[in-house]
Amino acid sequence: MKDSQHHLIDGSHQHNLTKFYTIPAHIKIASVFIFVLLVVLTPGKNFQAHLSFAVIVLAMLIWNRIPLSLIRKRLIIEIPFVLFAFFLPILGTGPRIDFFGLKLSEAGLWAGWNILVKATIGVMMSLLLSTTTPQRELLVGLEKLKFPKLLVQIMSFMIRYTVVVTEEVKRMAIARESRCFEAKGPKQWAVLARSGGALFIRSYERGERVHMAMLSRGYTGQLPLTSIQISSRQDFINGTLLPLAALVVILFWSVFLK
Amino acid sequence: MKLPQMHIPDGFINAQISVLALVISAVFVYVALQGAKRQLDEKVAPLAGLSAVFIFAMQMINFPVAAGTSGHLIGGALAAILIGPWAGVLAVTVVLIVQALVFADGGLTAIGLNVLNMSVMATLMAWIIFRLLQRMFPKNRIGFLSATAIAAYLSVPLSAIGFTIEFALGGTAAIELSTVLGAMVGVHAVIGLGEAIITVLTISAVLSVRKDLVFGATNSKISLGK
Repeated sequence: MKDSQHHLIDGSHQHNLTKFYTIPAHIKIASVFIFVLLVVLTPGKNFQAHLSFAVIVLAMLIWNRIPLSLIRKRLIIEIPFVLFAFFLPILGTGPRIDFFGLKLSEAGLWAGWNILVKATIGVMMSLLLSTTTPQRELLVGLEKLKFPKLLVQIMSFMIRYTVVVTEEVKRMAIARESRCFEAKGPKQWAVLARSGGALFIRSYERGERVHMAMLSRGYTGQLPLTSIQISSRQDFINGTLLPLAALVVILFWSVFLK
Repeated sequence: MKLPQMHIPDGFINAQISVLALVISAVFVYVALQGAKRQLDEKVAPLAGLSAVFIFAMQMINFPVAAGTSGHLIGGALAAILIGPWAGVLAVTVVLIVQALVFADGGLTAIGLNVLNMSVMATLMAWIIFRLLQRMFPKNRIGFLSATAIAAYLSVPLSAIGFTIEFALGGTAAIELSTVLGAMVGVHAVIGLGEAIITVLTISAVLSVRKDLVFGATNSKISLGK
């Protein structure tokens, strides 16, 4: 996560942008959200539908040239839940079936599959959204989706200062190491926590300085709008394509399976 | 090996309960926004924003346990006691939203569930416990830090209980509820020890130099610039 932060935060994207990049953020967020919600709504037992969803997601990732290394990095987040999914067939309730010589819970197998496939699709769709939308535009998008203005402002401060503060964390770590500090076990927690305390004071004071600077430029609690994204009818139509594809998949397989 | 954070992904809890959680957490966030505005006026955005960065950065610090494993802070109780319950709820919520939107950590449809577990169960509840204990305990440093320790400790199994309730209502897995509750609360009862120790050490460090910045120690509005 740490290495990719800069890449994401300064929004350095690829040069040949696909059409997906140009969809206004609020439409893109809604579109991805509804797609994932439809995936979550589809029962795991509808095996074919989920394979079709996976094909759509993979096609989107390839089309938008999302680097494989980034996909791998993001999937690591899933690990605890993947482990849980693998334990389900063993711990699960209900009748047991023979699965490659193992007696496993059938319901547990389905539940494990359900979690695995939906979580993976969810991670990949979030990745698609975050790599094709600069963070500033994500914020504008959330504001257009009627997120409370104050919450969006807090988010904008978080995003703006994450690099500054994480760099501070790294500098503190270097400073500790240069004093021959080595974190081996809980005995060293006090030192680390003191660094944490110092970090809080520095962050809080930075917040105060930022606030003063804002006041001196005439801040009254409202941030001025810096970019106005005009969304056309075409953008809206493009935005409906993803949820529409999911609906088609669901309808197709529910008719076909009957 | 660093243990990753447990943010619920998409599909772990069914869509109905996920959307319901989204609605409930929206109400809490609305209340928190009003509370923070009363407490901080127009300073809310920069201060809650920088506190969110602080929580996020604090989670990056590895606390070695043993044999190459390390844990990190969750930070709900820390946020509440340092900057107050409402700004704390907002900071933790914003961290969760940014993690889901920017780092694909935690499902987009599961944001409501994660906000309920981390902001409401871990942060707001930690604050309530802290305040109750603060009234009962002696009004000195030991009493203050003891209240901090217990609130931070309980915040972790409390968020595990939040998870178990969500799982009971909308879990997609066929597994005995008692198994989930036992495993979740059991594991988190141990993790809570680390949370309590780190939170106390951190707050104690801030108390020593800038007591005025610790909201839990002011008993009134946060006083700035002293």
